[in-house]
Amino acid sequence: MQPWDPETYVDQMAQLLQLPLHPDHRAGVIENFARFLPIAQQVLEFPLPPTVEPAPTFDPQP
Amino acid sequence: MTGDPHLLGRADAVSIARAVRQGSVSAQAVVAACLERIRQRDPQLNAFTAVLEELALQAAEQVDRQVAQGIPVGPLAGVPFAVKNLFDVAGLTTLAGSVINRENPPATQDATVVARLKQAGAILVGTLNMDEYAYGFVTENSHYGPTHNPHDLNRSAGGSSGGSAAAVAGGLVPLALGSDTNGSIRVPASLCGVYGLKPTYGRLSRAGVALFAASFDHVGPLARSVADIALSFDVMQGPDPQDPVCTRHPGDPTFGQLGQGIEGLRIAVADDYFARGAEPPILAGVEKVAQALGARQTVRIPEAQRARAAAYLITAAEGANLHLPNLRTRPHDFDPATRDRFLAGALLPASWILQAQRFRRWYRQQVQTIFQEIDLFIAPTTPCSAPLLGQEKMVIDGVEVLTRPNLGLYTQPLSFIGLPVLSLPLRESGSLPFGVQLVAAPYQEAKLLRAAAYLEQLGIPNAQPV
Repeated sequence: MQPWDPETYVDQMAQLLQLPLHPDHRAGVIENFARFLPIAQQVLEFPLPPTVEPAPTFDPQP
Repeated sequence: MTGDPHLLGRADAVSIARAVRQGSVSAQAVVAACLERIRQRDPQLNAFTAVLEELALQAAEQVDRQVAQGIPVGPLAGVPFAVKNLFDVAGLTTLAGSVINRENPPATQDATVVARLKQAGAILVGTLNMDEYAYGFVTENSHYGPTHNPHDLNRSAGGSSGGSAAAVAGGLVPLALGSDTNGSIRVPASLCGVYGLKPTYGRLSRAGVALFAASFDHVGPLARSVADIALSFDVMQGPDPQDPVCTRHPGDPTFGQLGQGIEGLRIAVADDYFARGAEPPILAGVEKVAQALGARQTVRIPEAQRARAAAYLITAAEGANLHLPNLRTRPHDFDPATRDRFLAGALLPASWILQAQRFRRWYRQQVQTIFQEIDLFIAPTTPCSAPLLGQEKMVIDGVEVLTRPNLGLYTQPLSFIGLPVLSLPLRESGSLPFGVQLVAAPYQEAKLLRAAAYLEQLGIPNAQPV
């Protein structure tokens, strides 16, 4: 796999979300997004069996 | 008790309410003294964003009338309190630390917990500063200015409920409300040297409270005595259909249980993750609390680091999603301290968030098992005492790290699964305060408060105002 490029990801994802990034903010957003990667890695590398549901539950009867 | 602002600044809520009920001081004198204290001290602290002088004096007059006529008054009669400015207060616009929300119409009714405190006789005197949209641990708000720590005005009060902690620690009010998503009650309580209770997730209603990350948002009290925490928590308990996560568990009044001591409580010290990285005086504080509680065993909370990581991702995604319309159209109106994190959080892939939420369920199960063996465990609240305002870096475990996110090192893995936690204030003579967390199984707040009351009797916590 090619090394991941946070700049391309941030620009494209922002475009998909119709979230314009002002030139003054773009570098900070890329820096913050790049910070997510090692954090996410910790979560993603942990094996979970498919029986584990996401934590939030939905109550059909308020 | 007299209406002297200095004396009232040291009195706790329970003593004030007792004196008001007995007629030895009027609620109007209490509130007038409180307002005077705010006038004197808040210019240095910048804890308040609004002071409700007229409304507070009117409410006090009503309490005094009831006392004079022999009409029963609530358990918090005449007690001044203030709330973080993300709680709805009828007639005020809920700022949530932002300028964007200044354009919103005023709230039409009080948040449920504000209404319940008022119903108990407490008197709202104002609203308090916070990090914008509660996304921070330092209350260095670019719109409303930083809140200063009463113990050292050059230092942070912590956040995001920094105004709440500073107002209580500075003796401006005996009681304040804050919110805690990842540590936002416990971190400022630690840095300002007051008690801060983050109850079980869903235990107290969040109706009428601006959300930050709904998966983890909690509300709770900050105060200078265990009795005040217990009594205010008790009057705020109860179901609320207006909050989809508010519990259907029956309330569990804790105030009457405070004298039960620690007999029968199995108490351990959290090791591993929670024993690494804190400054030596803080680890010594944990040890001091452990010794006093006779906690000889240790407990390992598995995967706490990963829990913190998962909490970080979910918070970023949920927070960003709430503010997406404004992030699209007016990013310049956000505080620079939150803006780029919100924007980045909007871009997180769904798969990461779902995996974090699945990990959350796994982790909850692991910790639930631990609570079959113990009732409480002890951990530091923050790795250090208050950093300087503007301090960007600090050293944890010999590694230089960013100050702001790392103040939540020990709080995030606990709020992640909604455990009830009380931060106890410790302070060695001549030093800055810091907190130690007591942690219980869900819905076991009474055990936390019993242990805290026991420690308070021994004189171990110190929440004296400055």
